[in-house]
Amino acid sequence: MKIYVCVKHVPDSAATITIRDGSRIEENITFLMNPYDEHAITEAAGLRSQLPDAEVVAVCVAGPAAENTLRSAMAMGADRSILVVADRQIDSMLTARALQAAIEADGTPHLILAGKESIDAEGMQTMFRLARYFGMPAATNAVKISLEADGAVVESEKEAGSRDILRLTLPCVIGAGRGLNTPRYPTLPDIIKARKREVKKIDLADLDVSSPGGKTEILSLAPVAENREPREIAGDAAAAARELVRILKEEAKVL
Amino acid sequence: MKKIGLFIEFKDDEIKPANDGMVTMAQGDGHELFALVVNADAAACRERLSAYGVSAVVDITAGGGAWHPDGWADAVVQAMNACGIETLMGLTSPQGRDLLPRIAAVLDAPLVMDCVGVDLDRNVARTTQYSGKAMAEIQLTGRHHIYGIRAGAVSPAPRAAAAEVHAFSAVEPTASGIEVLSTRPGEAGTVDLAEADIIIAGGRGMKSGENFKLLQDCARAMGAAVGASRVAVDEGWVPYTFQVGQTGSKVNPKVYIACGISGSVQHFAGMKSSEMIIAVNKDPGAAIIGKCDYYIVGDLFEIIPEVTRALGAAG
Repeated sequence: MKIYVCVKHVPDSAATITIRDGSRIEENITFLMNPYDEHAITEAAGLRSQLPDAEVVAVCVAGPAAENTLRSAMAMGADRSILVVADRQIDSMLTARALQAAIEADGTPHLILAGKESIDAEGMQTMFRLARYFGMPAATNAVKISLEADGAVVESEKEAGSRDILRLTLPCVIGAGRGLNTPRYPTLPDIIKARKREVKKIDLADLDVSSPGGKTEILSLAPVAENREPREIAGDAAAAARELVRILKEEAKVL
Repeated sequence: MKKIGLFIEFKDDEIKPANDGMVTMAQGDGHELFALVVNADAAACRERLSAYGVSAVVDITAGGGAWHPDGWADAVVQAMNACGIETLMGLTSPQGRDLLPRIAAVLDAPLVMDCVGVDLDRNVARTTQYSGKAMAEIQLTGRHHIYGIRAGAVSPAPRAAAAEVHAFSAVEPTASGIEVLSTRPGEAGTVDLAEADIIIAGGRGMKSGENFKLLQDCARAMGAAVGASRVAVDEGWVPYTFQVGQTGSKVNPKVYIACGISGSVQHFAGMKSSEMIIAVNKDPGAAIIGKCDYYIVGDLFEIIPEVTRALGAAG
C-alpha cells in the first residue's frame, strides 16, 4: 500500500523577499519544506505502521533545488520521493495535474496527504484539484485522521474550533492542518539515512499535462511597504490604559 | 456587464457581517449581483442584501437541507449554470476554504483565495503572497473565474437595489465519497479571529495559560477576540485555534493589541494588515515596538487590568 505525500519547496518565512522584474522573487534565499507539509509527512509516517507493507512516497513539483525539501521529507519518514522538475513557476491547476500524472505513473495510492495550504502562494486549492482529477473525495484542515478498513474518518476543523466529522472512502486526499500532530523533526542518523534514499526525477515536459480549464498568471509582484509610525503611549499603567481606551474610542472608533 | 455570483455565508442562522464588504467589492460598472444562499432563510436576508446592491437572491436547496461539502459545492455550480453566472465570489473563511476550491475543482476553473481587491472587468485579483511580504496582481484566464475574498478587506458601502428571491432546487449529485457523520460545535460565544474587529493577543510575556484570563476579561469588556502567538500555543497555554501568524489565522481587524509578543516575522505574517496595531511590551527593544502604531512600554500584568477597568468605567 502506498501513501503519497505532496510537499512544496517554499521560501523560509523568515527570509527577506526581494522582487525581480516586478513579477518574481529572487530565489537566492533559504527554501524549506512548507510547514503544513511537515504535519502531512509526520502523519503518513505514523499511519504507515497501521498498514501492511505500506510505503510513504513524497512528491514535489518544483525546480531542481527542491531535492533538499525531499531529503527533509525522507529524513522525517518518507521511504522515497519523486521530483517533477519544472523550469518555471506553475500555477496550482497545472501543479495538480503534474502531481496526478507523477503519482499515477508510480503506483496506486491508498491515501494522499498534503499540507492544507502553502505559505508562499497561499492558494489553498491544489489538493482539491488533485482529488477531483483522481475522482477521490477530499477533506481539508484535518486535525485527526483514523484509518478504518474501507475508509478514513477525518476531523476537519472549521470556524471557531468547530469540527466536521467526515468519513471518506479510500483512496482519498486529506489536507493536514496545524492541529494534526507535532512534526517529528529528524535526528542526525535520520538525515544520513535519507541521503541514501531515492529521489526519482521526472521532467515536467515528459508528463502529459495540460490545463484546459484556464490558468492564473502573476502580472505583477510588489513589496508590501511597512509604513507605520510608532508613537508611545506614556504615563503610569492607569494613565496609559485610559489613553488606550480613548484611542480605541476616538481614533479607531471600535468602541 | 457581468453576472456575479456571491456565495453568502451564515453563522447560527444569521447572515455574517463580513458578506457586506464582499458584496460592496462586487459593485461597480453595473454588474448584476446574484446572492447564492444555500439551505438558509433567503427571504429573511433579502433586505440586507438589497441594501448593498444585490439584484437577485438565489434560494438554493441542496441535499435535504443538511451540510455536505461536496453536495453544496455541486449545488452552487448547478445554480451558477442555471443563472448563467461565470464569476463567483465567496469569503476566505473556514467554510469558504472548504467550498470555493471544491467549486473551482468541479469547474476546472482558476481560483484566487484571500483577495484584498478584484477587477471584475479585467478578471484580475489582488492578494498578498510570501507571508504578506508581497502584493500580487493575478490574471485569471478561462471561462469561469472564482475569487475568495479576505473578510474586512473593503468597508461596506450601501447601494440600494431591489432583490427578488428565486427558488432553486439542486439535483441530487452522484454519490460523493464523503459522509458527514456529525458536526461538533466550537466553544459557544467565541468570536472567530478572522472576522473580529478587535483582537487582543498574548505571547511569551503571558508566562502561563492561567494568565490568559486577563486577556479574556479585557476582551469581553471591549467585544474583542483573543489570539496568541506561536510561542503561547507551543507552550500549551492556549489551543492552537488561538494562533495568529504564518501557520495560524491570518487576521485583519481594525485594532490588534499585542501583549507580550515580540513580533517575529512569522507573527506579522498573520496580522500585519491590521488597521491599527497596539503593542504592550516591557522590552522597549522588541521588534514589534518599531512596527506598530502605538506602544506602551510596561508590565502587561499591570496595564491590561487597568484597561479592563477603564473600559468598565467608560461603558
